[in-house]
Amino acid sequence: MLLIQCPYCDDALPELEFAYAGEAHIDRPQDPSALSDEEWRDFLFIRSNVKGVHAERWRHINGCGRFFNALRDTVSDRFVTSYKAGEPRPDTSGKEPAQ
Amino acid sequence: MTHFSAMSLLKNAISGHKNWPEQWPDKQPKDEYDVIIVGAGGHGLGAAYYLAKEHGITNVAVIEKGWLGGGNTGRNTTIIRSNYLYDESARLFDHALDLWENLSTELNYNVMYSKRGVMMLAHNVHDVQSFQRHIHANRLNDVDNRWLTPKEAKAFCPPLNISPDARYPVMGAALQQRAGTARHDAVAWGYARAAAKRGVDIIQNCPVISIRRGADGAVEGVETGKGFIKARKVAVSAAGHTSVVMDSAGVRMPLESYPLQALVSEPIKPVFPCVVMSNTVHAYISQSDKGELVIGSGTDQYTSYSQRGGLPLIEHTVAAICEVFPIFNRMRMLRKWGGIVDVTPDRSAILGKTPVRGLYVNCGWGTGGFKATPGAAHTLAWTVAKDEPHPINAPFTLERFTTGRLIDEAAAAAVAH
Ligand SMILES: Cc1cc2nc3c(=O)[nH]c(=O)nc-3n(C[C@H](O)[C@H](O)[C@H](O)COP(=O)(O)OP(=O)(O)OC[C@H]3O[C@@H](n4cnc5c(N)ncnc54)[C@H](O)[C@@H]3O)c2cc1C
Ligand SMILES: [Zn+2]
Repeated sequence: MLLIQCPYCDDALPELEFAYAGEAHIDRPQDPSALSDEEWRDFLFIRSNVKGVHAERWRHINGCGRFFNALRDTVSDRFVTSYKAGEPRPDTSGKEPAQ
Repeated sequence: MTHFSAMSLLKNAISGHKNWPEQWPDKQPKDEYDVIIVGAGGHGLGAAYYLAKEHGITNVAVIEKGWLGGGNTGRNTTIIRSNYLYDESARLFDHALDLWENLSTELNYNVMYSKRGVMMLAHNVHDVQSFQRHIHANRLNDVDNRWLTPKEAKAFCPPLNISPDARYPVMGAALQQRAGTARHDAVAWGYARAAAKRGVDIIQNCPVISIRRGADGAVEGVETGKGFIKARKVAVSAAGHTSVVMDSAGVRMPLESYPLQALVSEPIKPVFPCVVMSNTVHAYISQSDKGELVIGSGTDQYTSYSQRGGLPLIEHTVAAICEVFPIFNRMRMLRKWGGIVDVTPDRSAILGKTPVRGLYVNCGWGTGGFKATPGAAHTLAWTVAKDEPHPINAPFTLERFTTGRLIDEAAAAAVAH
């Protein structure tokens, strides 16, 4: 089972308390009616699906209820870090995933 | 390569089964092929077989990073059915079912296709309505599917608990009698053997690192762990790793890769005559010919390439199985494993051409592509050979995510296997 750090509760808690909510940092279009079909496709459907460090949203659904972001290595499933919603993706270059 | 027959079996039995020749040669890559297929799962191997058999294209390599059949083909729970809601899906899966019928004879390899019937349980009013809608839609498409009352369901599958005060009451079931299971490894091995016999090279332990495109944008070949291999046509059939391979050609995919787990029990005497699925409680079960109960569920919630998945899901699945089949609540489980499945937003596959000339893709089969193996392979071979869609795979384009013409089995079924 994953242990997930909620940045609001400031605690590492079992996966059962959390709901995964997809890739992070996908911004809603500012001016939806100006978007081309290709831009809509990219926004709605295209995902980076990286094999490596992935920025993703989680919700502490059986806890404080809040959404936050996390970086996780999709090969080992180890979390690198979690951070509050609205904060930019932390620069973790060179940093190994946490053990 | 020996032809399998009663005679060859007898001959080899007399010599103590010590003289069987190898089933297919372990090849090293040539410099150039007409077609390269990335991924030696059932789909890729099958496509190579049909390219050779139906289109006379035999200068083909199937390149596999691990061992053939070691991906989802060798990890799945082998449910085969075709009672999908939409016309496009019904045609594709029923085409596969038609091919399953004669596959053992065609390949001279026993894939153990068993039409034991797949029963899907309805636990609430929504299930009842949605399954009946499926049954009507299937009938219009000439696809086998019928409604069973709880009593009929129990008669078809005696271990089922239909007591009205069960935690998950059974309000009826949809039965596709023509559906069932097949032996997953045999499908990969059978296609591999039949393709190799026709001259296809199967190259294992050779990862495709990237797809090389020329100045005009068209495919030139693939960079692999064993060097560059030239080919003007490349078909990617890499299941959970499709995004990674396609990224290297500059094509971003509408896919997410999730772990999907399964588990088997200790082997027991035959007790479970069919396949039972319950979408509502996220569990399904059958019994293999070895006697193990084969149990599966939905994907883990997070994307991953770890081929493992988490225990909470297993706990949930097993709890559901014990509720629906109390007879099994003291069974011991032997092992569990995971595969990485590539899921599309509409839960339908992507099968056909791509914006890159010479590049074809077969992916997005998610949690339910084993059943499609012969159909996907057969129509993919057509598309690669003729550079045009097959009438059956034509709706399953990559462009549908731009045009909006989705084939929304996701909304139709909520989960699919
Ligand atoms: C636990 C589980 C249960 C399932 N249950 C069912 C079921 O009951 N019914 C059903 O219909 N479907 C089921 N599925 C789904 C089904 O297994 C798949 O949809 C299907 O087997 C996909 O076949 P494939 O040949 O496309 O993929 P695979 O068999 O996964 O083949 C793809 C191959 O590509 C190789 N590859 C990847 N990247 C590269 C690279 N860069 N270079 C070279 N090779 C590469 C992989 O190693 C792999 O061998 C299940 C899946 C899982 C994991
Ligand atoms: Zn919290």
